Amino acid sequence: MVKVTEAPEMYTGEGYGLTRLEKIVGLARANSIWPLPFATSCCGIEFMATMGATYDLGRFGAERLSFSPRQADLLMVMGTISKKMGPVLKQVYIQMAEPKWVIAVGACASSGGIFDTYSVLQGIDKVIPVDVYVPGCPPPPEAILDGIIKIQELIKTESFRRRESDEYQKLLTSYGIE
Amino acid sequence: METEVVNSQLIDYAAIFVQFVVAAGFVLTTIYFAQKIGPKHKSVKKFESFECGLDSIGNARLPFSVKYFLVAILFVLFDVEVIFFYPWAVNFRELGESGFVKMLAFIAPLLLGYFYIIKKGALKWE
Repeated sequence: MVKVTEAPEMYTGEGYGLTRLEKIVGLARANSIWPLPFATSCCGIEFMATMGATYDLGRFGAERLSFSPRQADLLMVMGTISKKMGPVLKQVYIQMAEPKWVIAVGACASSGGIFDTYSVLQGIDKVIPVDVYVPGCPPPPEAILDGIIKIQELIKTESFRRRESDEYQKLLTSYGIE
Repeated sequence: METEVVNSQLIDYAAIFVQFVVAAGFVLTTIYFAQKIGPKHKSVKKFESFECGLDSIGNARLPFSVKYFLVAILFVLFDVEVIFFYPWAVNFRELGESGFVKMLAFIAPLLLGYFYIIKKGALKWE
């Protein structure tokens, strides 16, 4: 039998179980991520391997990639982001559906990597808030999967009120996102 | 006696009806509540038309030259005509003379139309 996912901690009785709505919603969200692959270089090639049969991101419920930000809830930035690409990335992030998460895959997306030059953004966290960084140049599919699992943990434990909080609003304002 | 049998059969199908109602009801309620209580964020930038993150330039409702439409629609027309030639070509010998005459009757009006569009200059691009 295929084990789908573990049930959250709950108070169980005969024929019923009680738990917090947040946990159930978190569980559903974590296991039905619609990623938007923003692949600009070699990390994108590693992502293709991640989506392939051997590593198969579909096992984590992220089978369906979305190339429109309107339906996506996980922005996967994979590759070198030049300074000219920065505003484009930001616009894509803004237009994503709520709630949304960001994963920076590889050295370039995380910190600019080897491209310590005038034309390359020194990490995407200069323009958008990032939830998980995946190290590597490029990271192997296992590392990308590890990043996805970390994102799933974040989604599972995120409180409903997080995105309404002053702290979060301040974070967005610091990036100039209304 | 007979009506009783019919009635009991109809009641047997009630379970299926209930299942349909539950299935449709589940879908509609989840869609409704996902829309109602799901988190939302509204801003001017978010509702801009999506052009892969780039600023959109101009209006999408631009007048295009009618030439594009004419060439496209005429291509479709004659493309479909050619498709009808294939089964005729495959069965050319079996269909024989009568098939040839029928195909001629099919092509003739289209050929007439072809000369008409040439005369009208519909395919002249410059």
